[in-house]
Formats: sequence, structure tokens, C-alpha cells
Amino acid sequence: MNIEETPLPGIGVRRELRLANGRRVGVVTHRDGQTELILSRMDDPDACAASIPLSADEAAALGSLLGSAQLIAQLTAEQENVSGISTHQIMIRKGSAFAGRTLGETQMRTVTGTSIVALLRDGDVIGSPRPDAVLHVGDLVVIVGTDEGLAAAAAILQSRL
Amino acid sequence: MEATTLSLIQLGIVFFGLGFLGRLAGRIGMSPVPLYLLGGLAFGQGGLVNLGGIDDFAHIASEIGVILLLLMLGLEYTAKELVTGLKQSWMAGLVDLVLNMLPGIAVALILGWGPVGALVMAGITYSSSSGIIAKVLADLGRLGNRETPVILAILVIEDLAMAAYLPILTAVLAGVSFLGGLTALGISLAVITAVLIGALRYGHMVSNLLDSPDRESFLLKLLGAALLVAGLASALQVSAAVGAFLLGIAISGGTAENATRVLEPLRDLFAAMFFVLFGLNTDPRSIPPVLGVALLLALVTSLTKVATGWWAAQRQGIAIPGRARAGAALIARGEFSIVIAGLAVASGAVPGELAALATTYVLIMAVSGPVAARYVEPLVRLVQGKKPEPAI
Repeated sequence: MNIEETPLPGIGVRRELRLANGRRVGVVTHRDGQTELILSRMDDPDACAASIPLSADEAAALGSLLGSAQLIAQLTAEQENVSGISTHQIMIRKGSAFAGRTLGETQMRTVTGTSIVALLRDGDVIGSPRPDAVLHVGDLVVIVGTDEGLAAAAAILQSRL
Repeated sequence: MEATTLSLIQLGIVFFGLGFLGRLAGRIGMSPVPLYLLGGLAFGQGGLVNLGGIDDFAHIASEIGVILLLLMLGLEYTAKELVTGLKQSWMAGLVDLVLNMLPGIAVALILGWGPVGALVMAGITYSSSSGIIAKVLADLGRLGNRETPVILAILVIEDLAMAAYLPILTAVLAGVSFLGGLTALGISLAVITAVLIGALRYGHMVSNLLDSPDRESFLLKLLGAALLVAGLASALQVSAAVGAFLLGIAISGGTAENATRVLEPLRDLFAAMFFVLFGLNTDPRSIPPVLGVALLLALVTSLTKVATGWWAAQRQGIAIPGRARAGAALIARGEFSIVIAGLAVASGAVPGELAALATTYVLIMAVSGPVAARYVEPLVRLVQGKKPEPAI
């Protein structure tokens, strides 16, 4: 995702990204920390259809709604009835032994008994990834399993070359 | 009645009245500057009531008002923003300068006010009101628009240009020769360059010197530094206001934000006094004779600002509605036109009609600018034959 940053002298800074449908959506951050959510108009992409002032709390809440937290919350809720099972997300860091290799090569289920239920990449969710899916640096791997299993899974994914 | 008692009563009446005018301006969503000017007109020479008791205080208060206006303007921008703005948009700044100074010069020469009058009028018609425009853009929810950085870049350059213009004006008004004017310009350009470079490298040192966790001592240090720098600049024949502006630029980061917060109420108080005094010293009876000229000048300089904004936005690949919005947003003139006229009138080097024309002109532009910015959008739709769109 390409985020465009434009300084607004005397006011603050604007950061925005262009959506697939051509619209701009972004955030204006004022000097005093106040934020505004902006969305460009369909008929006139230079102008804004909405610019909505958000308090710090509101902005943070909206951010996590849009981010991975929503998926995690859903998975956690679903597993509440199953004792001993929890959800964990692990980042594939630069230098990880599995960056650029497939999920199958991690032998996660065989070794640890955990399941990889989703990959979060660039804000997209890849649900139930197949064993031939390739892991990239920066991916968040969402794993479900027992606490011991999750610790072992983290050790595998974070092992270095 | 004792003189002090009379002054207190008159001052109380003035501030009380201004408070109501400010509230009224806030209600109808306009800048209070035109109302302050009207308030001054009502109470001044030839006005409804004569206030003679507050002259001394009003004089020094309005000087401080100008210094604080410029100091806060400097605080708005960081040195980095100024340098980037200058690098990226100097062409637009130059077009703005030429297009908008020419009408002022022409009017002054036609009315026989000579080269000094022409220099003053050039500044009055050139300087858009960054205060009014920034507020209008925020109020209309246009901070996310693509033409907004174009508008802000032009304002940044205008403010930098003020730093070069005011010293020349001060020197010329003081009656120095052409050579003296050039010397003043040379000194001020050297100082501006030094301050910009210094602020980029050592801005944190100025900030550290002034910064204080204690609000009271912070305020006193700030105000002291501002008056001291302004006074020294004035002694060097480089306009007091520019000294304050440069100090504002040199203060950076968190210190600048705190300084803005601390100084805002003081600026409002003293700047209000400045606008009132300007109105007080303008005879309302001198306005009707210049009304026609002021209206014509307003029309012409509205068109030149629209042309400036249109051209600058077009260069950034912005479509027609955006170009029109950029142009219309730039129309508003305000505080700096009055600052320039105030300097000129105080020096006595220009005829009294100039004050009347400047007052009338700013009254028209400060009111019509935001209105134009608001209604340019439906107007463009009408012209383009498009139906008004739903909001989203």
C-alpha cells in the first residue's frame, strides 16, 4: 500500500491512500494532535465528501476495528467454550527462517499440533491458507492451539536462518 | 473627572463593546476584524462618540498588537516548511505577487499618491489573510482537498515576502533615499537568511532558552524576547514587526505550540486594540468618497487572486472545480493589509484618504472572501451544468 504524505504548513500533515475504486481515504493530523478522517468525493476526486473530526480514543478504536483486532476478537469469542485453546498472532520478521517458504514447510500441525487459521498481509485477510501458501516478511500468522503448542509454533516461525 | 478614571471607563467601554462584536462575529461565522474596524470607526474622529482619554494606551497597545500578530504568524510555520514552500512554489508566489500588487499600484498612481502610496497600496492588495483563510478551509472541511496544499504554499510565500516587504516599507516611509531603502532590504534579506539557516540548525537552542515548565515565567520570557527583538529590529531600521516574525520562526517544535497557546489571548486583546485604533483614526466621513474606488479595487483584486489560485492549482493537475476553490479561497484580505496601512498612516507619509480606502477595502474583502470561498463550489456546478451531488 502506498501512503502519500502531504505537509499542510501551519496546520499539520495529511496522510492518505488511494483505494482500488480511485477514491482517496486518509487522515489529517493537526499540530495539536487532533485527527480528521477524510474521504474524497466520487464526482470530484480533488474534494472531500467527508472530513470527520475524531478524538484520540475514537481514532484508536476505529483503527483497531479496521485492523486485525476484529478477526482476533471473533476467533477468541468462538473459542471461549473450548478450554485450553487460545489464539495467537506471530509476525514473520526479516531474517526469519520461513520468510519466502511455504506454510507446508513449517510442518506446524505435525510438530506442534496447532492450526494456522489466517494470514494478515498488507491489511488483507487470507483465511484458511493452504499448505502451498508462501509466507512473506511482515505477514501476521494467526494460530490457534494450546499454550504449549503456541509457544512451540512461535519458536518455529521466529527461528532465524 | 480625573484623567486615569476617564481612561479606565473609556477603555472598559471599548473592550466590552469589542467582546460583543467578537461574539457576534463568531455567531455568524466571520472574522472579527471587520467588526473591530467598524467599532473603531463608530467611536473615532467624526464618529458617534469621541474617546480622547485612551490615546496613549491605545497607541502602545496597538504597537504590541502588531508585534504579537507577526510573532504568532512566525510561530505557525517551521523554518523547514518555509524553505520547502519557497523551493516548491516560488513560481506561484511570483505570479501571486505580480498579479496582486499591480492593481494596488495602479490605483495609487491614478489617485496621485505617488510612489510611496503605490508601495503601500501594493502591499495592501497583495497580502491575503492567512488567519481568515486557514479558518475558512478548516470550517468548510477542505483540509483533505488536493488544492489545499497549493493554497497554503502560496500563503507561506506571502508571509515570507512580508519579511522582505515590511523593512522596505519602513525605510521608505521614514523618507530614506532609494539607496537607503536598498540597504534596509539588504540588511533584512541577510537577517532573514541567517534566521532561516539558524532556525534550521539551532532552532532548538532558541526554544530551550525561552522554554520553561512554569507558564508564568514562560509568558514573561516570550513577551520580553518579542518586544526586545522587535525594538532592536526597529533600531536597525528593519521594521519591528519583522523582528517578531523572525523570532517566531526561530522558536520551534513543542515550544512553538506552547507559545501559541500562551500568547493567543494576549494577541487577541492587543490586536483587537490595533484594529480599533486604526478605525478610531479613520474619519467615517472620508469613506463615502472612496467607496466606488474600493469596490472596483475589490472586484479587480478578487479576480487576480482567483487567477493566481486557478493557475497554481492547474499546475498541480487539479481539475476545474478545485482550481476555482483554490482561487476563491485566496480572496480574503484582512489583518496584514491593515498592518501595512497602519504603518503608512502612522508615518504621515501618505494622504488620509489612503486609510479610508484601506479600511473600506478590507471591510469588503474580509467579508466577501469567506463568502466567495463558500459559494464558489455551487457556482462552478451551475456553470458546468451539473446537478448538485448528494454529500457522499
